Amino acid sequence: MIAGPRPHVAYDEPPVLELRDLGVMFAGRVGLIGGLMGRRGADARAVDGVDLRLHPGEVLALAGESGCGKTTVARAIMGLVRPDRGEILFEGEPLGRNLRAYRRRVQMVFQDPMGSLNPRQTIYEIVAEGLRIHRIHRGPNGESEEELVSRALARAGMRPPERFFLLYPHELSGGQRQRVVIAGALALEPEVIVADEPVSNLDASVRGEILRLLLRLREELRISILIVTHDLGLAWTVADRVAVMYLGRIVELGPTEDVLLRPLHPYTRALLDVVPEPGGLARPVLVGEPPDPARIPPGCRFHPRCPEVAGGGARAAGVEERCRAEDLGLEELAPGHLAACHLAAVRARAGPSRG
Amino acid sequence: MSVLSVRDLRVTYRTQGGDVPAVRGVDLQIDRGEVLGLAGESGCGKSTIAGAILRLLPPRTSVEGTILLDGEDILGMKPGRLRAVRWAGASIIFQGAMHALNPVQRVGDQIVETILIHGQSDERGARARVAELFEQVGLPTRRIDDYPHELSGGQKQRVMIAMALACSPSLIIADEPTTALDVMVEAQVLALLKELQREFGLAMLFITHDLSVLVEVSDRLAIMYAGRVVEDGPTEQVFFHPKHPYTTALAAAFPDIGDERFRHNPSGLGGDPPDPQAIPSGCPFHPRCPVAFEPCPTTDPELRPAGEARRAACLLVEGALTGPQAGST
Repeated sequence: MIAGPRPHVAYDEPPVLELRDLGVMFAGRVGLIGGLMGRRGADARAVDGVDLRLHPGEVLALAGESGCGKTTVARAIMGLVRPDRGEILFEGEPLGRNLRAYRRRVQMVFQDPMGSLNPRQTIYEIVAEGLRIHRIHRGPNGESEEELVSRALARAGMRPPERFFLLYPHELSGGQRQRVVIAGALALEPEVIVADEPVSNLDASVRGEILRLLLRLREELRISILIVTHDLGLAWTVADRVAVMYLGRIVELGPTEDVLLRPLHPYTRALLDVVPEPGGLARPVLVGEPPDPARIPPGCRFHPRCPEVAGGGARAAGVEERCRAEDLGLEELAPGHLAACHLAAVRARAGPSRG
Repeated sequence: MSVLSVRDLRVTYRTQGGDVPAVRGVDLQIDRGEVLGLAGESGCGKSTIAGAILRLLPPRTSVEGTILLDGEDILGMKPGRLRAVRWAGASIIFQGAMHALNPVQRVGDQIVETILIHGQSDERGARARVAELFEQVGLPTRRIDDYPHELSGGQKQRVMIAMALACSPSLIIADEPTTALDVMVEAQVLALLKELQREFGLAMLFITHDLSVLVEVSDRLAIMYAGRVVEDGPTEQVFFHPKHPYTTALAAAFPDIGDERFRHNPSGLGGDPPDPQAIPSGCPFHPRCPVAFEPCPTTDPELRPAGEARRAACLLVEGALTGPQAGST
């Protein structure tokens, strides 16, 4: 077995999708009594200023623990939650007049194929639904609806497609259901697919085939794919770049090899440390309260759990005070490799060998 | 003597849609202080084995074979003895642990109750034991009087671990104990389980679909497919040098970060794990097997020796086709 082909990502072309300072806030909740008494819970900043560019033909993994805001970013891109700040640009244009086209050309693949498929619809109806919603009766070359559905199913690896038209979701296996979800997205010939944990509910031996399918769509149709995942091993197998989120922000971003093999941010290192491996139980595990988006710490938001702050690394480098007090954004510390960390910035300036 | 010895276990569910042979002849053995990892995908029968050991399966289920716990036959036990053995002889931690706790009872009281039911102590002794258990599982003792909803997912799982330890069982069955937890919390809970298992010399049956977790916690691995063990042996041997093509495929789903072979190259199998009601002929794995050859669709391979302390059920294993057993099943 050798590595797959190097992908051709058009980094020199303008991004197909761009997020600028995206923010999403969820209003704090209180119980009924508290609500009647006029109390308010603390608002939760689920996404707190995310900048991200997805290039034509790129597979980008958005990784992090649950609650870090990665799924909220995906939902904001899909218009399922409303951002309270920042903007989303599609092919360089802020969303607005192009919204209809955007809704067709950016498609989402959810994580639970059983939950996102209507059990009473046939496979044909499920795949045709998006076409009907967007009132697409003919393809660009005059194809009929049936031809479009056939093509989408075939591209999703359901061959021969006609065999599946009249089946219902429960008659399919888990892997086939996920293919149907992908076919539903493909029917609209999207430029971008946002896939939220696309294989986490599938059996381990089936996952590889679905991931291969996503990579083939990128190769053959040049679809850009944003994969939301908690699984860094998955990011290693499919992603060109990885963005690591913590408490609503991207804290590290760069080419997959750089981020996963030469991480700059202590949080990324902590995530990599807990990837199970033989004899790995002696590894350090982050302590402290799990992050709460309703109470974002001052300074670097990771500092209360940061092993470099607790272990004296930040003090030795003379940045501990800044870690505790000074909030910071992403900074390019190596070519194409960005991190939001005072210590990593100091080390990068001191010399590349410390990285 | 092994803590757990399972011989030729066969479990068939009786359903309205017909019989479902979930476990089709499984042998397992776990010694004191040993962790056996049982891996497989949905429908392979791994959780059914846990249910059979604790006799938690639906009443009309057919269970054949022998299950010995500390030498005592579980399948022949009277209800009274069985109640005594659950928790005190063998206990279980499962995935749904969050929902296994009574929401309207304080977590400490739930453990006290378990200890009292087994007559292992009086009320005062039981309370002291709970405080000791909380310390062992890394929960602050002030949490004893909390209700389940006041605890996080990881804390609830720690309460379940405390409960599983409460009556000092010789065997703990962990069925997907960390599947619902976040990665950081999962790592903490795994480290805790392993530490307690070592400290008390417990025998543990660790069941999960996640082979990477098993590689970390278990001494030996058994890989299940279609109701049978298809490969077993020392953990690192099985994971890094699999003998069965199914193990190879399963291991590839958990790639090592940095391994160039997997870069831009996810690998998996076509098709899906078989429906227990429609198990393929011959070797049940043959329709998905990348190296299947002529005899596979008609010959069901037995689990046979495949190197030092290892076994595999594959016709490609040396001697499988020429041995005296070939083609007999």
